Amino acid sequence: MAVVQQTARPEARSSSSFWTIARRDSLAGFLFIAPQLIGITLFVLIPLCLVFWYSLHEWNVLANTFTYTGVANYEMLLEDTSLPSVLGATAIFSAGLVIFNLSLALLLAVLLNQKLAGITIFRTMFFSPVVVSLVAWTIVWGFLLQKNGGINGVLLVFGIEGPNWLREPVTAMISVIVVQVFKNVGLNMILFLAALQGVPNELYEAARIDGAPRFKQFRRITLPLISPTILLTSIITIVGSLQVFAQIAVLTQGGPGLTTTVLVYYLYQQAFQFHFFGYGSTLSIVLFAIVAVLTFAQWQMRKRIVFYES
Amino acid sequence: MKAELSPRRQVFLYGLLCVLLIPFVFPTWWMVTSSVKPISDIFAFPPQLVPARYDWTTYSKVFELQPFVKQYWNSAYIAALVTIGTMVVSSMAGYAFARIRFPFANTIFMVVLLGLLIPSEVTIVPLFQMFLKAGMVNTHWPLILVPIFGAPSVFATFVMRQFFIALPVELEEAARVDGLGRFKIFRKIALPLARPALASVAIFTFLHSWNLYLEPIVFLSSADKFTLPQALTQYTDAYGGPMWNIQLAAATLTALPVLIVFIIAQKQFVEGLAHTGLKG
Repeated sequence: MAVVQQTARPEARSSSSFWTIARRDSLAGFLFIAPQLIGITLFVLIPLCLVFWYSLHEWNVLANTFTYTGVANYEMLLEDTSLPSVLGATAIFSAGLVIFNLSLALLLAVLLNQKLAGITIFRTMFFSPVVVSLVAWTIVWGFLLQKNGGINGVLLVFGIEGPNWLREPVTAMISVIVVQVFKNVGLNMILFLAALQGVPNELYEAARIDGAPRFKQFRRITLPLISPTILLTSIITIVGSLQVFAQIAVLTQGGPGLTTTVLVYYLYQQAFQFHFFGYGSTLSIVLFAIVAVLTFAQWQMRKRIVFYES
Repeated sequence: MKAELSPRRQVFLYGLLCVLLIPFVFPTWWMVTSSVKPISDIFAFPPQLVPARYDWTTYSKVFELQPFVKQYWNSAYIAALVTIGTMVVSSMAGYAFARIRFPFANTIFMVVLLGLLIPSEVTIVPLFQMFLKAGMVNTHWPLILVPIFGAPSVFATFVMRQFFIALPVELEEAARVDGLGRFKIFRKIALPLARPALASVAIFTFLHSWNLYLEPIVFLSSADKFTLPQALTQYTDAYGGPMWNIQLAAATLTALPVLIVFIIAQKQFVEGLAHTGLKG
């Protein structure tokens, strides 16, 4: 070991006293984080300032004009007759997705946590849509949900005439939610499963001796102990639900009417189809504000709801 | 919860799991089987769970109608570069935030975490303008640079930091006493121990890049630059309606390789991702 010490950095040790260990560490620290820090500055912080700056301007791409209009774009938000239904669709989509996703994930995790031969094969199959290409998955579901598609075909075998799923307001919204849930619920399922396996068995044994029924065990022991995971997954799922784009673009193009036009899809249309970059930026700020408020609220809730934290 | 179940309960549980499995597994089966049905059979009633007749020409049409090989290559090389790049950037930053004391470390970490809070959709308009000014629209640069250095890599950095914090520090301290420099300690000691975390970072980064849809359709405009998700939706007839059997064939070609890798390495996949989440 002494040899290593000699050969590793002889000059660094004997060189000027300026390069103390603390200074060398600081330099190393900055060099290590430099790529990430430069990247965040260039691709997150500067764009975030720009998007706010853009939102204060009227930007006409064809005439190539960029004029400062103050809060005009924000006033436009209030007058935009599409916006209430866009925000409504976003809220319905996110709420539906989070509730359906988390409850299905928890149900699957509880079922997969049983002692049963071949349970890992089931785990693998429930997880498999996560690795199937998102657009491929969406295309198959779009195909299944056609008026004369596979789902209605199966229903017709039982004498039920199914709706035109993607062309009717209520079923279109349900469809995009369901397609997204089946695609990604495997992730939350795995997180819940890991949390369930972390609950000490003695607690259940003690409860059994006390004669607590299974449901009560679940409510009084399991749920409180996995509450940090529930909070974490709900934050990830809500923020993820606000970013949904490909499914809408492929399945419904925001239709019928505006019923499945969620905020990100509307933003894309305004900025990149109609070239209203100023107003598109204003919508980006709205999206940012929603994500920020939701994350903050959930962070605050942590103190009240989460029973136990490691 | 882990008690032995009675046989009746076991049968019930198996039945329940099989029913629940239908929407997870059937679509993939339907995609593969429908892709080899002749166009006249794909909407046949009653639905054919196994193709009655086979038509393999759909697969040759996938390659005739679009530069599909080129598009496949685009997706593959972009995903590979992004995965490797993210592993390098996030492991270095994660290590520094976990181990090295430097001025403003906490403040900088909070600033970097801001990237978690800002979905890339929020910054897509200015990013488009920036890359337009740089002459990089309709190139793959935005799809490579932004994920490696921007917001998507922040989650990876966070995962790596949590992993390094949990790692016992004694080994590194011993190496330090022996006079090893920071970079050598990182590369020779910390990084090899971080294999599980790196594996999960690699998996979710690859899947993220492979699935990217909004960014390609914003940044790319010519067919030979397209990535797979974008290419799949381009198989349309003269009226803009999807050519289902060809779309499904292309979708099968896109999905199956990853699915097969997953089935072979499912243990690493599932446990790697569970690990990531738990440490969050």
